[in-house]
Amino acid sequence: MNNSTSLITIFIGMVLINNMVLTKFLGLCPFFGVSKKLGNAISMGVAVTLVMLLASLATAIIHNYILIPFNVEFMNIIIYILVIASLVQIVEITIRRTNILLYNALGIYLPLITTNCAVLGITLINASAGFSILQSIVSAIGAGVGFTLVLIIMSGIRERLEIAEIPKSMRGLPVAFITAAFLALAFMGFGGLL
Amino acid sequence: MSQLKEISPGKKFWVEFVKGIVVTNPVFVLVLGLCPALAVTSSIDNALGMGAGVIFVLLCSNIIISLIRKITPDMVRIPVFIVVIATFVTILSLVFEAYIPPLYESLGIYLALIVVNCIILGRAEAFAQKNPVLYSIADAFGIGIGFTVSLLLVSLFREILGTGSLSIFGFTLFSIPVLSETPMAFFIMPPGAFLVLGLLLALFRWLGVLKNE
Repeated sequence: MNNSTSLITIFIGMVLINNMVLTKFLGLCPFFGVSKKLGNAISMGVAVTLVMLLASLATAIIHNYILIPFNVEFMNIIIYILVIASLVQIVEITIRRTNILLYNALGIYLPLITTNCAVLGITLINASAGFSILQSIVSAIGAGVGFTLVLIIMSGIRERLEIAEIPKSMRGLPVAFITAAFLALAFMGFGGLL
Repeated sequence: MSQLKEISPGKKFWVEFVKGIVVTNPVFVLVLGLCPALAVTSSIDNALGMGAGVIFVLLCSNIIISLIRKITPDMVRIPVFIVVIATFVTILSLVFEAYIPPLYESLGIYLALIVVNCIILGRAEAFAQKNPVLYSIADAFGIGIGFTVSLLLVSLFREILGTGSLSIFGFTLFSIPVLSETPMAFFIMPPGAFLVLGLLLALFRWLGVLKNE
């Protein structure tokens, strides 16, 4: 992808067409684990979006000003995962010190995010697409919004599935997967948007 | 579990090995490592490549983590594990890029994402840091092969239904007459992955292999 790709194109592409969960299969653990209640889904979505944004900013700076000039791009996996892990720690400590209400809402989700493939995924996608720092930020926000959107839709469906009559062996995860399949099918309709 | 203590080390090797494939199958029982199980199962080749990659990283990181388990401070064990795993993933991705570029291209970012595959960190935390090297090797092979078998199972359905034929590394094993002309492309697209995995999970539960929730 070249540098002339407009920011709006990147944003819409990440939210609807290349949705993190439904087409890239990233962040499935929180998607199936946290999508049982609407409130949790929103908190998780906000936390992931925040970390994605910060991680993309940090790794884009490192990628453009350290890895490329020194020609050590092959080190990106190790460097990115360390940056993300320390970033999550910093965010957790900062939120705990400054806003205890927000910490209570997001706190338990933050440690889980370190090993969330969506965060490492978005930084790798940005790097492989050759995005500039601004483009990386926009694509991270898009990915986060897309993740939150799908998580909210899924939690709404699952709240209804709880009371639906489902064959015994389909209850829980299997039916969640099948629901996700039809959600993904619906999102494929956005494919011709751009 | 009390039987485990009395049997010989050689036998325990096989117990740990078989346990990884069946009893604690990472994808269908533990429901871990879902991203690759869905993303790279659109063809048998990709599933095999991914499985081999995961076995390599799991084996090497289990060995190293088991070797350094006594000198790793408890406080910093997770960062240590992550650096060990990330090192082997980097090695793997450089090897794939150099020797099998087509596979490297089709696995894309999912090769690098082995770093955050919960299976590998999970085995480091739950097994390798508590057990000697030999059992850690058995555990790595068992879990790794269990993972590969699960990927193959999902990709088998997706490739046959989605393309109407089955081919491994360029050799076409068979193709179904009508289906290969008008394949159900739905199955090799993302929604098909969710559907196949969901139905397989339900099938295993129905057969009584897995516990119901």
